[in-house]
Amino acid sequence: MTQTEIAPMAAGSPDRLTGLKTFWHYFSVNRGAVIGLFVFILLVLAALFAPLLAPYAPDVQDKTAFLRPPAWQAGGSTQYLLGTDPVGRDILSRLLYGARFSLLIGAVVVTLALTGGITLGLLAGYFRGWVDVAIMRVMDLILAFPSLLLALVLVTILGPGLFNAMLAIALVLQPHFARLVRAAVMAEKSREYVVAAKVAGAGHLRLMLATILPNCLAPLIVQGTLSFSNAILEAAALGFLGLGAQPPTPEWGTMLASAREFILRAWWVVTFPGLAILITVLAINLIGDGLRDALDPKLRRS
Amino acid sequence: MMLRYLLNKIALLIPTLVGITICAFAFVRLLPGDPILAMAGEHGVAPARYEELKEQFGYNLPIWEQYARYVGEVATGDFGVSISSKRPVLEEFKTLFPATLELSFFAMIFAMVIGIPAGIFAAVKRGSWFDQSLMGTALVGYSMPIFWWGLLLIIFFSGYLGWTPVSGRIGLQFFFKPITGFMTIDSLLHGKWDAFRSALSHLVLPSIVLGTIPLAVIARQTRSAMLEVLGEDYVRTARAKGLSAARVIGVHALRNALIPVVTTIGLQVGTLLAGAILTETIFAWPGIGKWMVDSIFKRDYVVVQSGLLLIALIVMAVNLIVDVLYAVINPRIRAA
Repeated sequence: MTQTEIAPMAAGSPDRLTGLKTFWHYFSVNRGAVIGLFVFILLVLAALFAPLLAPYAPDVQDKTAFLRPPAWQAGGSTQYLLGTDPVGRDILSRLLYGARFSLLIGAVVVTLALTGGITLGLLAGYFRGWVDVAIMRVMDLILAFPSLLLALVLVTILGPGLFNAMLAIALVLQPHFARLVRAAVMAEKSREYVVAAKVAGAGHLRLMLATILPNCLAPLIVQGTLSFSNAILEAAALGFLGLGAQPPTPEWGTMLASAREFILRAWWVVTFPGLAILITVLAINLIGDGLRDALDPKLRRS
Repeated sequence: MMLRYLLNKIALLIPTLVGITICAFAFVRLLPGDPILAMAGEHGVAPARYEELKEQFGYNLPIWEQYARYVGEVATGDFGVSISSKRPVLEEFKTLFPATLELSFFAMIFAMVIGIPAGIFAAVKRGSWFDQSLMGTALVGYSMPIFWWGLLLIIFFSGYLGWTPVSGRIGLQFFFKPITGFMTIDSLLHGKWDAFRSALSHLVLPSIVLGTIPLAVIARQTRSAMLEVLGEDYVRTARAKGLSAARVIGVHALRNALIPVVTTIGLQVGTLLAGAILTETIFAWPGIGKWMVDSIFKRDYVVVQSGLLLIALIVMAVNLIVDVLYAVINPRIRAA
């Protein structure tokens, strides 16, 4: 079932539509996944249209409204729906702009990790021998460190900041992709279609990229989704520790860090940024579960 | 057979071990700027002291000789001296590590005591509202930014209800000589009940925070392992023999389902230590996670370097133990 479903998609023929239809059929059975996808689309829209949706610019300070509670609580007003932070910035506006950062982080990290992981995994699984040993030992090494600790140390070397944080997280997440691709390549390499392509005269590069890789896509898509949410969580954690995006960037983790000292006085400055992280990560994980069920029954955990 | 398996596993770890020391060795040298100035921190050093330090750390030697020297030092238990506290790093580590261990222990207990029964029940009642809401909750737990979760719990339980302390390991009024380094055990050994209660109340929130993600993972894993096992022939046989449902589930199914769960628990060590960095920072818990973060901000890079090395060694050792335990429980692995 796996192959027959993926192959038409990769083939790029008129069959693609049927492939998508079968995919959607399996994906939409999972109610959680559809909800996750819906929330995710909303988040993308919020990020894209943040300047139109946000009532204020993310860095505008209102010196008459420090730590204003949300609209429904005594002392709050509809002027600032979710209240203001300690320097009088509108929390709702900052959250909307923050969606841009989180989605950007996820996209950049997954792209970097995928590119690196696919390249290394293909090389290791295809050539085997010392190439394989060398690459996989380095991957083992990266996985020997707790991910957040390694990311922390890398950021210490590179210097704090959003871009360096993304680089560090990509490096930490990348071995998972390399391992997946390697395992898939090793499984596919001796299949008949690969041998046939080889006999037909396909070179190494063509065999790796055009023949084998499209058939390893299913687990990669699932892992990519999970890494997307992981990247957002880890970047927020780095931001929270003060080593990710730097203030006044409206990144959600960074917002939490600067709100920490007010936790017992103003619950809203802490609650909303974290809720935004949780909802985003949860939506993506729901999509990931649905993708796993739809793309590859073998990967189903439950 | 078992011994060969063990030796084989250890041999496979050697490249990783070498790699870890190279990473720790490279860390200080990859820092931007001069490594000695970087290690000296914000205070800087006098030129004479600079030369002295350069000599002492061996920075005038060729790089491979520096590495050999570093490995020699580490192998003999010399992990350097902290620049901020002037104490040997290993000594600091020894006083702080029990705090992290105690916290991780309670977090794991919390995760297992709730996660395993919940997973079993969800599997037995597959598709019920309990199953569905448990799996939904588990996914929320798995997606949780734990640093935020910790702050929320503080707002509610410490701020609003005033039940638990906001930070630290034990009330400041209690002081006794550490024996095991575990506050809960030490207070009992000294026979101080109020100190024990204080230590426990300090443990509650951090344990919940650190245990949340393992709890979600364990509940999901237990459920799927149980589902798999419940469909096996030997479970059907046990049922057909007329054994009670409790016996079939509790003995025949659970014993086999727990094998992957034990592995999952072991593999959570890395997650726990990463989580400890955040949890300890939020609750001002004096363990190695907070130590690492503080040292990064204090630019105490000797501590960061050795901490990185020691933590990686611990993770490696635990993974080895899990592998071996797994082979002990499941003889099929040994043959492979």
